[in-house]
Amino acid sequence: MLLIHCPYCDDTLPELEFAYAGEAHIARPADPSKLSDEEWRDFLFIRSNPRGLHAERWRHINGCGRFFNALRDTVSDRFLTTYPAGHPRPDVTKLEAAE
Amino acid sequence: MNPFRIKGRGRVNQDRPVRFTFDGKTFVGFEGDTVASALLANGEHLMGRGFKYHRPRGVVTAGSEEPNALIGTTRGPGRFEPNTRATMQEIYDELSTESQNKWPTLKFDVGAINDRLYMLFSAGFYYKTFMWPKSFWDKVYEPFIRRAAGLGRAPTELDPDHYASRYLHCDVLIVGSGPSGLAAALTAARSGASVVVVDEQSEMGGALLSEPSVDIDGDNAWGWLATTLDELASLPNVRLMSRTTAIGYYHQNMVGLCQKLTDHLSDVPVDAPRERLWRVRAGQVILAQGAIERPMVFDGNDRPGVMMAGAAQTFLHRFGVKVGDRPLILTSHDSAWHTAFDLADAGCKVAAIVDTRTDIPPALMHAAMARNIETLTGHTATATSGRLRVKSIRVNPVRGGAVGAARTIPCDAVLMCGGWTPSLHLFSHTKGSLDWDAKAKAYLPGHKTEAVHIAGAGRGLWGIAAVLEDGAKAGADALRDLGRKAGAATYAVTGDRTGAGITQKELPTDRSPGSAKAFVDFQNDVTAKDIRLAVREGMRSIEHVKRYTTNGMATDQGKLSNMNGLTIASDALGKDIPQVGLTTFRPPYTPTTFGALAGYHKGSHFEVTRKTPIDSWATEHDAAFEPVALWRRAWYFPKAGEDMHAAVNRECKATRQSLGMFDASTLGKIEVSGPDAVEFMNRMYTNPWTKLGVGRCRYGLLLGEDGFIRDDGVIGRMRDDLFHVTTTTGGAARVLNMMEDYLQTEWPDLQVWLTSTTEEWATIAINGPNARKLLAPLVEGQDMSDEAFPHMSVAECKVAGFSSRLFRISFTGELGYEVNVPARHGRALWEKLMEAGKPYDICPYGTETMHVLRAEKGYIIIGQDTDGTVTPEDAGIGWAIGKAKPDFVGKRSLSRPDIVAKGRKQLIGLLTDNPKDVLIEGAQIVLDPKQPKPMKMIGHVTSSYWSEALGRSIAMAVVEGGFDRMGDTLHIPTADGGSQAAKVTGCVFYDPAGDRLKVE
Ligand SMILES: [Zn+2]
Repeated sequence: MLLIHCPYCDDTLPELEFAYAGEAHIARPADPSKLSDEEWRDFLFIRSNPRGLHAERWRHINGCGRFFNALRDTVSDRFLTTYPAGHPRPDVTKLEAAE
Repeated sequence: MNPFRIKGRGRVNQDRPVRFTFDGKTFVGFEGDTVASALLANGEHLMGRGFKYHRPRGVVTAGSEEPNALIGTTRGPGRFEPNTRATMQEIYDELSTESQNKWPTLKFDVGAINDRLYMLFSAGFYYKTFMWPKSFWDKVYEPFIRRAAGLGRAPTELDPDHYASRYLHCDVLIVGSGPSGLAAALTAARSGASVVVVDEQSEMGGALLSEPSVDIDGDNAWGWLATTLDELASLPNVRLMSRTTAIGYYHQNMVGLCQKLTDHLSDVPVDAPRERLWRVRAGQVILAQGAIERPMVFDGNDRPGVMMAGAAQTFLHRFGVKVGDRPLILTSHDSAWHTAFDLADAGCKVAAIVDTRTDIPPALMHAAMARNIETLTGHTATATSGRLRVKSIRVNPVRGGAVGAARTIPCDAVLMCGGWTPSLHLFSHTKGSLDWDAKAKAYLPGHKTEAVHIAGAGRGLWGIAAVLEDGAKAGADALRDLGRKAGAATYAVTGDRTGAGITQKELPTDRSPGSAKAFVDFQNDVTAKDIRLAVREGMRSIEHVKRYTTNGMATDQGKLSNMNGLTIASDALGKDIPQVGLTTFRPPYTPTTFGALAGYHKGSHFEVTRKTPIDSWATEHDAAFEPVALWRRAWYFPKAGEDMHAAVNRECKATRQSLGMFDASTLGKIEVSGPDAVEFMNRMYTNPWTKLGVGRCRYGLLLGEDGFIRDDGVIGRMRDDLFHVTTTTGGAARVLNMMEDYLQTEWPDLQVWLTSTTEEWATIAINGPNARKLLAPLVEGQDMSDEAFPHMSVAECKVAGFSSRLFRISFTGELGYEVNVPARHGRALWEKLMEAGKPYDICPYGTETMHVLRAEKGYIIIGQDTDGTVTPEDAGIGWAIGKAKPDFVGKRSLSRPDIVAKGRKQLIGLLTDNPKDVLIEGAQIVLDPKQPKPMKMIGHVTSSYWSEALGRSIAMAVVEGGFDRMGDTLHIPTADGGSQAAKVTGCVFYDPAGDRLKVE
């Protein structure tokens, strides 16, 4: 069972307290009516599904209830970092250099 | 009593005899024996039959890696377990055990005919047989595969035991209590760190239990072991757990442990859990699991009496049992020579030591000579004889690759050692890499992904001194990684038996290798020939070889067979072992009961049962219940002599004619409040909310961003900045999660707060022409006239003295109200309404009547009439969409090409030609019931009931292009080959004008 750091609670807690919520940094378009069918399809369904580092959303559903973002390696399942919703994706090279 | 027991030897209590049965016959062993050691003490090697060929099989090992001696155990009524390792099951009085895979008896088994049909069941036979004539299937292959598809027989009764589970946190978890594990534990424990030591055996000590000849720090091995365990047990920061298997190693140093608590007891304390599952989160993990001895692969290596040399040593020292009077050693590693010496010293006549190597350490040759044991070096074994027990072995010299003349040596046991494989299964669970070490000729731990240290034989070390030192160092390393200081103790060891050996493929033979039954995997009956056949038939990856042959896929996960299989496969492929690669080990390390994994989550504790405040009243009034999501809901209220049909008809009729009352407390409820509440509602729901006045309510429809219906419910505006949102019973948590998601991550600027209030309110629905007459006298603070409180109104007022939110809404088509009161008053209000309703013959009704009444009106149920692919237009509720709104969740998708395309499935009504036919919900719909199978299905029935009000059946269905089929006749094929005809109609079957909502 993973341990996940909630950036709001600032605590590292068991996976049981959290729920996965899909890929991060896919903002809902401000005016969907302006999107072509193809653009809207991409927003709805097309995901990066990388082997390796993945920016994704989690919710501390059985805790503070807040959504946040995480960088996780999909091969090792290791979390590199978690950060509040709305913050930009952190620079990975800096994170790895700090290790 | 025990012809093969040596008086005074071993750690069993020879003053405490224990009686148990095996296949109905009573045997005597001693306290401390396993089933295997007790049977061996009685001279019984035959303990089972092979899985595929039903060949007689004896015990091979003395541990949890045992592939052959799998038995059924009965520990009392209902307590039957198949596939228990005879080497792990401790005996106690009254224990009853049985052998497996045999019929009619272990000694005479009809299924052994499979042994003669060897050619049919070689590698890949599962795949090949699928291509054979169909006529062979029913009579030949299927019965065979069905029988062969499982080991043992499944229990037939409910498991009466219960199982516990716990969490545990510690600084250092040590798996394995052999010398390296204990040295690590001493180092870690003396520093004050919290330490947990687990071992799957009934007593701690690991290899020391089988190797008492060494002296450690001036004491003999068992003396040192006792002192060490005493010290550890005396420390408050140490927890020692025997009979506890580390079954899996999960992320971030969580290790699952299964602790067996009662399987070894004859008197089980009442209510004692049988097993306890531990989830341990450890700062550091030390794996000190030792190594597993490899069999030799040669023709007839599966005959009872052929077993591992190390196992014979364990049976001798730990249990005081000789595995034979005239054992022969067949080895390629020094360790088995010591087994020969110990057996000779215990009075056995060692038939010979046969070693495939030519270069033997002189000290071993001298020790053999001193005991007058014949040594045959540079030899191979090419056959064994004996039906139910080995009688002789055929050995040949090998010179320059040529196999020389055979010689047959009589013996009653063959003790083999093909080297040792470091036990790294748990390390493999962590995705740690295993790197081939050419010197140790073994895969050793490489790159680590967790805070883990491997100590002792798991790192390819050999000898007590080396593993003690390594264990102490691992303990110190773990402490260092925890930021603690510690020095590793040193140990003075004398009489140590160091040694080395080689790894090899199947042994060379002078006979046809094609007819050799040289087993690699005893449990799945895979031979060397099978592996070579797999390579010949094109398997290149070891993963493919494994699946094609099933080598290593039995319940022992190839603990004995993987390295031998890999060595043979690499030889067949002409590649080096590290180039062929390794298969992956997965949890659990040994087979684990479902009970341990389920823990407390069984019976009524399997999942939560949510009950409404009125549930107790329904129970007292003999309601039948049904589960809805996690809720338990009153289904109907049968009176004496009524079946469900009669009760529901009566409830429907009473509600339509006078007054019915329904517990709707399970409806999800969410308060949406804040200055931007109306803007938030406009964006989430399809409907427009801006103009909805305070005191009014509206049907709300929620879509996903993909345009499909997710949820619905009536939503009341309590204040400008406060909405009382209701959701479906099952959808409450999902809807709240979805709302939170948008609020937190898409529109964090909105000033809105969301609160789940589902369980704050008890909700009672009152429906029927007399609903107002019942309520009006009980209401304070609200004019109940139609003008002041019309349909789709909401008010805060008092009902029967309780503060309430009163809605005038209807899910039945009758004049209807829903009274929400604080949950604690729910039952009191219900009882007051029952009392006050007597003049109107008030009728409590359940979910079934609710379903019928709503279906008569064509009101949909999300998840029943919709399935996640239904749009508002498909469901015929396009009117709920605020077309003037610039945006809402899912709006853009409603113009997607596939959503506006023709031929979508649409929700329509169906009236059967025969009004008495009630269609089956889920039944498929076709245009022509006479078309050939498979028929083209154009939709399915979503809701179907008997309507008492209409005196006929009604149904709803989703049908391709349904709206254009009004008046058409469709057909619903039935299971008996017939079909039912039905006409397409609209969904509103009852009171289409809606007059009954306005009754005065
Ligand atoms: Zn949190």
